[in-house]
Amino acid sequence: MQNTRTYAIESNDLSIHYGTFTAVRGVNLKIERQKITAIIGPSGCGKSTLLRSFNRMNDFVPGCYATGELLLQGQNLYSKDIDPVEVRRKIGMVFQKPNPFPKSIYENIAWGARINGFKGKMDDLVEQSLRSAALWEEVKDKLQESAYALSGGQQQRLCIARTIAIQPEIILMDEPASALDPISTLRIEELMQELKKNYTILIVTHNMQQAARASDYTAMMMIDDQRAGGVIEFDETKSIFTRPKDKRTEDYVTGRFG
Amino acid sequence: MNQRHDHFPEGADFNASLRNRYRVATIWQTIFLSALLIAIIALTALLYNVVDGAFGFIAYEYKDDPAEFTSTPVNELTKDELLVILKENLSSGAYNKLENEQPMQERSQADLLTLFLERLVRIDTKGTWSMTDSLLRGDEIRVEVAEKYPDAILEFRSWLTPQFLTTPMSSKAEFAGVRTAILGSLWMVGLAILFALPIGTGAAIYLQEYAPKGWLTSIIQTNINNLAGVPSIVYGMLGLAVFVRTLEAFTSGSMFGVTDSNGRTVLSAGLTMGILVLPLIIINAQEAIKAVPDSLRQAAYGVGATRWQTIWHHVLPNALPGILTGSILAISRALGETAPLIVVGASTFISIDPDGPFSKFTALPIQIYQWTTRAQSEFHAIAASAIIVLLILLLTLNATAILLRNRYQRKY
Repeated sequence: MQNTRTYAIESNDLSIHYGTFTAVRGVNLKIERQKITAIIGPSGCGKSTLLRSFNRMNDFVPGCYATGELLLQGQNLYSKDIDPVEVRRKIGMVFQKPNPFPKSIYENIAWGARINGFKGKMDDLVEQSLRSAALWEEVKDKLQESAYALSGGQQQRLCIARTIAIQPEIILMDEPASALDPISTLRIEELMQELKKNYTILIVTHNMQQAARASDYTAMMMIDDQRAGGVIEFDETKSIFTRPKDKRTEDYVTGRFG
Repeated sequence: MNQRHDHFPEGADFNASLRNRYRVATIWQTIFLSALLIAIIALTALLYNVVDGAFGFIAYEYKDDPAEFTSTPVNELTKDELLVILKENLSSGAYNKLENEQPMQERSQADLLTLFLERLVRIDTKGTWSMTDSLLRGDEIRVEVAEKYPDAILEFRSWLTPQFLTTPMSSKAEFAGVRTAILGSLWMVGLAILFALPIGTGAAIYLQEYAPKGWLTSIIQTNINNLAGVPSIVYGMLGLAVFVRTLEAFTSGSMFGVTDSNGRTVLSAGLTMGILVLPLIIINAQEAIKAVPDSLRQAAYGVGATRWQTIWHHVLPNALPGILTGSILAISRALGETAPLIVVGASTFISIDPDGPFSKFTALPIQIYQWTTRAQSEFHAIAASAIIVLLILLLTLNATAILLRNRYQRKY
């Protein structure tokens, strides 16, 4: 039996600042491999900011920087010798609004692989990625058509397929179903259950039922009196929703607050 | 007691106030409509004025009777007859010069007829009349011409003919054309775009995608916006100082072995125009790049693209229609500019086509300007025709810009 567990990704006292303002303070999370971890909390508590710091998407926000450590296989992703492009290659991201490239369905999958120097058979990779995203059957006859011809839910699954295609270790999802109808939402949730067999998934969601249904672990975030967000409770989803330790978590998940 | 209605007018009061509101609305609507009408009248007057000059009566006499050269009536002469007449009557020096420019056998009947009328018969224009005059006072004009110039021929002609487009400049308005000017304008605009499009797009990409947001960037941005409003004559002074004088070795071509030229070349003019449209191109390209949604950039970064890959594969292709539209608008600006060309030294009389960047040149606006300042009314008529040519060119370019924009407009 192993006595040291290895986590997919681990943050030590991670804080995110916009200039002089601290948006997220002192986050310590140990994300389990091949599990779905949900980040919940009221609007403006820094959920998305935290999620985006995991693959350094915040680097594009002027004045934004992180302190503390974010460890992927023991390596601090915020150390000076790490290239953010490499981070994003290993930690993929699915955004709130489906944002396929204005190109063909095929090209949407192939582009990321190609720029990352993929040397295998592209047709196979495209098919495999689309199958993994449960989209193959719907699009196999129109791979050369524009991705914009797809429905919103299909577009979001295409974005997931695009992320899978570069074979990341972790997939970040920023409210991936908030722009979709309930049926498309359900399909995304089913897909997540399939994907966690191979990937570690971190998802930000506003929808508490979604967190309760779909995730294995839940991190509850809340802002403190200086308007900085922080994780106030992190546990198995079951515990968070049935026996929360923090009074604020209990108020939030039972709908008395937020 | 019902407090709800205390402060609002009721019944007759309300109707009176409503009528008053409608009256104010009607007054404003009328003002806006008259503003529109004034604009339409101004544009119509402009177009009418141009067209009015380009068509109309012309009265002319032959200095030498065509009958002295041939028994066939002038407008029934064939190409072969004309060839013979020209060969027999032109001095051998003049004939060989023409032969060297373009072999006589290859010239069209219309060209040869022009030569015959220009060189041998020699037309002497006695007067021209505008289209309105010609149509409304036709009989008076006929009487007047018959009295004053009994030998004169009076005919209604369009000064804008296919020949007008294909013949070079001439000192006789009847035989002058705008070929040299059109070619000069095209060379100039082509060189300007070749220079300004890559630089402008590059600057826009750097400002939009790389430059850190700070006071320096905003100063540069403000200055680019201001440069777009600098009077064009100032760019002309710049072009004269920098391109014509300082860089003369380059712009005259002497460093490339061209000897017969000074700095007043189409290259100098093109570079000056390039500088003039540079702010326009930068601003338009920036707008086009700004219109590419951030979600697309994030999608590219999200799959591990570098900044350059994101720009090259996603930002630029999606901004390209906008950048092209901006360039076309810049081209039409450059086509119409006159002041910088005068300063940079466009030739006012030149009948040799520009054949390279180091040629002397003239341009359509210069030609128009030069013709309108002449005293003889027939030059005003060909100036009007040249304006029509310029306007058609500009409208075509703008229409292309609109078509491009509509064709490639994307919804994200």
